[in-house]
Amino acid sequence: MSGVALRIWLLHPAPASRRQARLGRWYRAWRGLSRNGLAMAGLFIVVALVLMAIFAPLIADRAAVTTQSLATRLQFPSAEHWFGTDELGRDIFARVVFGARITLTIVGLVSAIVLPIGLGIGLPAGYFGGWPDAVLMRLTDIFLAFPRLVLALAFAAALGPGIENAVIAIALTAWPPYARLARAETMTRRDAEFVQAAVLQGASHGSILFSQIVPLCLPSVVIRLTLDMAGIIVTAAGLGFLGLGAQPPAPEWGAMVATGRQVLLTQWWVATIPGLAIVITSVGFNLLGDGLRDVADARSA
Amino acid sequence: MAGPTIGGGRIPGWGIVRRVLRTLGSVTLTFLGLTVVTFFIGRVIPIDPVLAIVGPKASNETYDRVRAEIGLDLPLPVQYWRYLLKVLHGDFGTSVITSQPVLRDMLDVFPATLELAVLALLIGVVLGVPLGVVAATHRGRWQDHLIRLLSLFGYSTPVFWLGLIGLLLFYAKLGWVAGPGRIDVGYDDMVPTVTGLLTVDALLDGNSEVFVNALRHLVLPASILGYLSLAYVARMTRSFMLGQLRQEYVLAALAKGLSHGRVVWVHALGNVWVQLITVIALTFGSLLEGAVLTETVFSWPGLGLYMKNSLFNADLNAVLGGTMLVGVVYIGLNLISDLIYPLVDPRVRGQRR
Repeated sequence: MSGVALRIWLLHPAPASRRQARLGRWYRAWRGLSRNGLAMAGLFIVVALVLMAIFAPLIADRAAVTTQSLATRLQFPSAEHWFGTDELGRDIFARVVFGARITLTIVGLVSAIVLPIGLGIGLPAGYFGGWPDAVLMRLTDIFLAFPRLVLALAFAAALGPGIENAVIAIALTAWPPYARLARAETMTRRDAEFVQAAVLQGASHGSILFSQIVPLCLPSVVIRLTLDMAGIIVTAAGLGFLGLGAQPPAPEWGAMVATGRQVLLTQWWVATIPGLAIVITSVGFNLLGDGLRDVADARSA
Repeated sequence: MAGPTIGGGRIPGWGIVRRVLRTLGSVTLTFLGLTVVTFFIGRVIPIDPVLAIVGPKASNETYDRVRAEIGLDLPLPVQYWRYLLKVLHGDFGTSVITSQPVLRDMLDVFPATLELAVLALLIGVVLGVPLGVVAATHRGRWQDHLIRLLSLFGYSTPVFWLGLIGLLLFYAKLGWVAGPGRIDVGYDDMVPTVTGLLTVDALLDGNSEVFVNALRHLVLPASILGYLSLAYVARMTRSFMLGQLRQEYVLAALAKGLSHGRVVWVHALGNVWVQLITVIALTFGSLLEGAVLTETVFSWPGLGLYMKNSLFNADLNAVLGGTMLVGVVYIGLNLISDLIYPLVDPRVRGQRR
């Protein structure tokens, strides 16, 4: 199939198969996104980050992450150490590269906890309405009114410092917006004709929720998640900076900024470079999220 | 569900009563939720509070006696009830570090946090709102893109890192501002504490030297927090303004011959303030909770630094007390923005939600 024929097939107003419809939808979203320069820049940053995390051992020397060398500590960036060395003589470049793995792990784990909780509370609330809705949404409102960082801090303090507990702490304070979103999306769809058709066919509530409603909620939930990623990364880095996230010698970016703080005035690069990594990553997710939201808004408008 | 009626019409004012009752109900629930969470955190902590008091060498009898004394042998709901009563009386226990009541400690340090947050919020609103308006009226042009990038960088940057960079540039390299801390050591305790806000106290005392010194310490953290608030305020103002500028009344006002500036800055912006109240309340809340990071970076002796130090000395009473305080302020801010809303916007007044 030539390129033009493929495009016509993808954009066909009356797709002949489910696959054609789905691919066509993806293609239209992609066209919308690729016209947005800033969103593409964001996508580039995020993809680069993921590739950097996956291929970290090929980009940098894994041993250099933890190898201490007091003779070459606090060196200015050079050909040998691109980003210089830290207070224990470890190569900052290698630590930043491998740090991407920690950041992505945190983001992935938080998403893996937040999505089920958010959907698990929002879907039944929106679908059944009535008192389950009232109870579940009251619970959500309570959690929504909590100070997020402080609560994450208290959780992390109670559970003990560590990456798993930082993840739990962030996730426990991050789910309420997703519950609200899933509820709103479900409410607009629960009376739709295709849902009634499924009911008439004898489908159970569970199967309607999972096979009819969840797939339709997912796009907006995923967009929201992309927009939240930056916040999650910055919060995680903050916990790391305070010493409540990943523990040394793990190359967590926030913790690296914290160690660089002691030598800030004389060896500025130790704190500055991992911080830049946080900023670039967070900018990338924000740009991508903004772009995805614009595409979704344009479609629904 | 409709309110009580007289002769077919609704009692005037019933809507607002309902609204207030509803808001108070949700505030109470949220507060109870907060106490349940802090109580729970206090329970799951791996440190055994009895062991902390009696020490590892105590006999079993002593251990059991102390355990009963602090009420740990009681059923959980009873323990929670006791905890709730104490919290309602402002009793958050005693801090292990200062051996003072936690509430008193917090009242001592809170003004420092407040001073910083208020100034930052002022900067954020005074600059952020006009920037948001300009971005909206120049949508798609270079002003819009510039302001968008400015705020994008603002809400993508961790405050602790920006604080360090600020110290490096403006304190260490350029020497424009004073370094970490709230005041130089030499000026400590030179003015009597009235409000707890150092700059205000210095002014009240007429001590310009202390005032200038305190201001030199305040300006950098306040500007950095102000910038981060500005990012959020400008972004929200822009999107609210775009919503207003699409309305027909804007077109009508322009058609009537009003100047563009007047329509934008008076009519449209006047309607946006209602929505901005919530944004400003949220910003203030995030300034307070972000204090833990900011104050760590700037060695600013406020609630955030107090909580951070307590955290690393396993002073759980102080940590939970701080969490409670920030949580209560948060709830209060939500309450205020909920209650101010109908006062500013007549459309919401008496409207049932």
